[in-house]
Amino acid sequence: MAPPEPLLAFESVSKSFGAVRALSGVSFALGKGEVRALLGENGAGKSTLLKALSGAHAPDSGAIRIGGEEQRFGSTQAAFRAGIAVIYQELQLVPELSVAENLLLGQLPSRAGLLDARARDARARELLARLGLEIDPRTRLGSLSLGQRQMVEIGKALARGARILAFDEPTSSLSQRETERLFELIRELSAAGHAILYVTHRMDEVFAVCTSATVLRDGALVKTFDRLDHAPRTAVAAEIVRSMVGRELSDVHGWSARDLGAPRLELRALEGPGLAAPCSLDVRRGEIVGLFGLVGAGRTELLRLVYGVARSTGGRILVDGQTVKPRSPRDAIAAGVVLAPEDRKKEGIVPVRSVLENINLSARRRNLKLGSVLDSTWERDNAALHIQQLAIKTPSPATPVRNLSGGNQQKVILARWLSESIKILLLDEPTRGIDVGARAEIYRIVQELARSGVAVLMVSSDLPEVLGLSDRVLVMREGRISQELARREASEEEVLRHALPLDEEVPA
Amino acid sequence: MTNRIWQRAGMLLVLALLYAGCALFVPHFSSWGNTEGLLLSVATVGMVSCTMLFCLASGNFDLSVGSVVACSGVVAAVVMQKSDSVIVGVLAALASGAFVGLVNGLVVARLSINPLITTLATMQIVRGFAYIASSGKAVSIAHESFFELGNAYWLGLPVPVWTCALFFVLFGFLLSRTVFGRDTLAIGGNEEAARLAGIPVVRTKVAIFVLQGLVAAFAGIVLAARMTSGQPMGSQGLELEVISACVLGGVSLTGGVGSMGAVIAGVLIMGIVQNAMNLLNVEPFWQYVARGLILLGAVLFDRLRQSRS
Repeated sequence: MAPPEPLLAFESVSKSFGAVRALSGVSFALGKGEVRALLGENGAGKSTLLKALSGAHAPDSGAIRIGGEEQRFGSTQAAFRAGIAVIYQELQLVPELSVAENLLLGQLPSRAGLLDARARDARARELLARLGLEIDPRTRLGSLSLGQRQMVEIGKALARGARILAFDEPTSSLSQRETERLFELIRELSAAGHAILYVTHRMDEVFAVCTSATVLRDGALVKTFDRLDHAPRTAVAAEIVRSMVGRELSDVHGWSARDLGAPRLELRALEGPGLAAPCSLDVRRGEIVGLFGLVGAGRTELLRLVYGVARSTGGRILVDGQTVKPRSPRDAIAAGVVLAPEDRKKEGIVPVRSVLENINLSARRRNLKLGSVLDSTWERDNAALHIQQLAIKTPSPATPVRNLSGGNQQKVILARWLSESIKILLLDEPTRGIDVGARAEIYRIVQELARSGVAVLMVSSDLPEVLGLSDRVLVMREGRISQELARREASEEEVLRHALPLDEEVPA
Repeated sequence: MTNRIWQRAGMLLVLALLYAGCALFVPHFSSWGNTEGLLLSVATVGMVSCTMLFCLASGNFDLSVGSVVACSGVVAAVVMQKSDSVIVGVLAALASGAFVGLVNGLVVARLSINPLITTLATMQIVRGFAYIASSGKAVSIAHESFFELGNAYWLGLPVPVWTCALFFVLFGFLLSRTVFGRDTLAIGGNEEAARLAGIPVVRTKVAIFVLQGLVAAFAGIVLAARMTSGQPMGSQGLELEVISACVLGGVSLTGGVGSMGAVIAGVLIMGIVQNAMNLLNVEPFWQYVARGLILLGAVLFDRLRQSRS
C-alpha cells in the first residue's frame, strides 16, 4: 500500500532577505493527525517558515503543497482559504466585540442582508462546545483570560475550516491549567485528522504534546525526529538540543556555590495591590532567589512594589538595612534597586532608539560634563564595554535595538543596569522567548553579578530555570508566599505542590 | 550604508535641488532682497518648529501654538498700553504662553488626557481670550523701542532671522546633547520603558509643553513687533504649518524619531515653495492645494523610506 499523501509538505523552500538567507532548501512533510514540533534557536528560520505558510512571505524558490497540490499564496487570505491557520502569540482578535462575533469574524451569518443573531449564537455555541469553553457567546472578548482568548482564536480557525494549524509559542502567556487545556485540545484536533505545526522553545512541551519534531538551524533543516518515543526521553531531548545549538549543553544553568553575605533586600510584611497577605522575604548579598508561582500568583506585582511602580499600602522595604520608600522607579534606582521587566518590548527597550542609547538610558544622567551636557566619550566607551563584556550581537552601537534578537535585547537591558552601581537586581521572566544559547549566557551574566555581591530576586514560570539557577526558591500562590525551599529541597514536585491552588490534587 | 546616508541627508538633498531649481527657473528668486524676505517669512514657523519637534518627538502634539502666538501678541500690546513699559509687556506675554504650556502639560502628562484633544481645547480657549482681551480688534503699540525686536537689522539680516537661527542651534543642542533631549526621544519611543528606566516622564513632558508655550509666546512677541500691533485674528492655521514642516523634516508622529537638521530643511522647503509660488503669482487658493500635496507627498516618501530600511 502506497503511503498516504501528506497533508502538508514543504519542498526545498528558500527565502532570503537582502544578503541574509533566512531559509535554505527546507523540506519536510506532515501527515493527518501529526503534531510536529518545530524547534530552533532565535533566527533559525522558524518564524520565516510560519510566515511562508501563512502567505505573509512568498518563498523565493521551492513549493508548499497541501494535499499534494502546490500552493502559491498571494496573501494571508489565500492561505486561510486553503485551510491554513497560524496562531501567533499576538492574537488576531477584536477585544471590543463579543466572543461569537470574534469566532465568526468576516463570516457572520445573515438573512436577507441582515445579521442573523440567532444563527450566529448557535454556531458560536457549537464551536465553544468543541473547544470545551463554558462561556456565553455574547461575552465581550476583552473580559476573557488570555488562555480563553487563545481558544477563541483556535475556534475562529476551525470555523473557517482550517485543516492545518500552526502555533507560535502558544503557552508563553498561559497558566499551567490553561496550558493543560490547550494540550488536550491539540490532541483532540490531532485525533480528528488535523495536521499541527508547533513552534516552541520548551522541551517539556515537545514531549507533552508533539508526535514528531523538526529542528532548524541557520535557516536549514538539521534533523527530523519522526517519532519521539523510540528512545528514552532524556536521550532524545539531549539529541534535540544538540542539533539546535550544534554543541552539547550539559548544564545550561552552570550553577556553582557562592559566598552569601548579609541581607541586602528585606521585605517586612509588605502589602499592596495584587498581594493577598503581607509578604516578608530576605535576599542576601550574592544570593539568587527564585520566585515561582503560576500566572496571577502575585509575583510580578511583588516586584512592582519593590521597584516603586506600584505603591505599597503597608510594611517596609529595607535595602542594606536602611528603610526605603520608592515612589517611582527613579527612587528605586537611586536606592540601587533595578528591574529587568517581563515584557521586554513594551516595558524594557525603546525599540526605535539605538543600542548605545538603550544601554545608557539610565546611567547617562550621572555621567555628564559641565554639569548638564551629555558626555559622548563616556557614552561610546560605556556602550562598547558592555557590548563586548556581555557579547551583545549587534552590527553597530548605532543599530536600532528593535533589530536585535530577544536574547540580545535582554542583554542590552542588563547592560543598562550594569552601567549603574546596583545592589539589587529584580528579574521578571528573564529568558522568556529567548533561545537556548542566549539563555546560557544570561544565566552566566546573572551569576557573575551575584558573585560580585548583587542580590538577585528572579521571578520565573520556567521551573527548570528556577530550580537550576536559584540558591533558594520561594513559591507564591494566590497572592501570598506559600513556601520557602533551600536549593537541595527544591524539586519539581515540591515546588508545584506549593504553587498549585489548594483545592487541586497534585498530578503524580 | 548608502541607505543611511540617504536617510540622514534625504531632506537636505531635496532642499538643495529645490533651491537650485527655483534659482534657475523662478525670476528674482535668488536676489538678496528675496532671500531676506524668504528668511523673514519662515522665522515664525521656524521658531515654533523648534519646540514642536520636542513635542512630536515625545509622542505628543500641540495644536494650541497658533492661538498662543496671537494671544501673546495681544497680551504684549495690551499690557504695554496699560503699564507703559516694554519689559513688563514682554514678560506678561511670555508668562501667558508659559501658563498655557503648563496647563497643556499638566493635563496631558498628569491626567493622561490625549494631547490632541487637550490642545484642541486650549487652542480655542486661548483664541477666545485673545479676542476678549482685544475686544476683537488689533491693539496698536506705541513703543518705538519695542519694534526693534522685529524690524532691526544686524549684520545685514533682520533680527527675527537671527533669533530663529539661534533657536535652531539652541534646541538642536538641547535635543542631541542633553539628558532632557534624549529623554524626550526615549519617552516618544516607549513611554513605559522610559519610566521603568528611571526617566522622569511627567516632569519631562510638562517641561516640553511649557517650553513650547514660551517659544510660541516669544514668536508672537516678535510678530507683534513686526506688525506694530497685537492681532487677535492672526496666525490662524500656524500650528498646521509648523507640524507640516516637522513631518516634512522626518519627525515621526508616533514619537521617538526626529532631528533638528531635518526640521530646518523641512521649514525651509515649506518657505521656499510658498515664496516661489508668490513670485510666480500663483493664486492664494491654489497655494493651499500645493501645500497640502507637498505634505502628503512627504509622508508617502517617508513611508517608502521606512519600508525599505
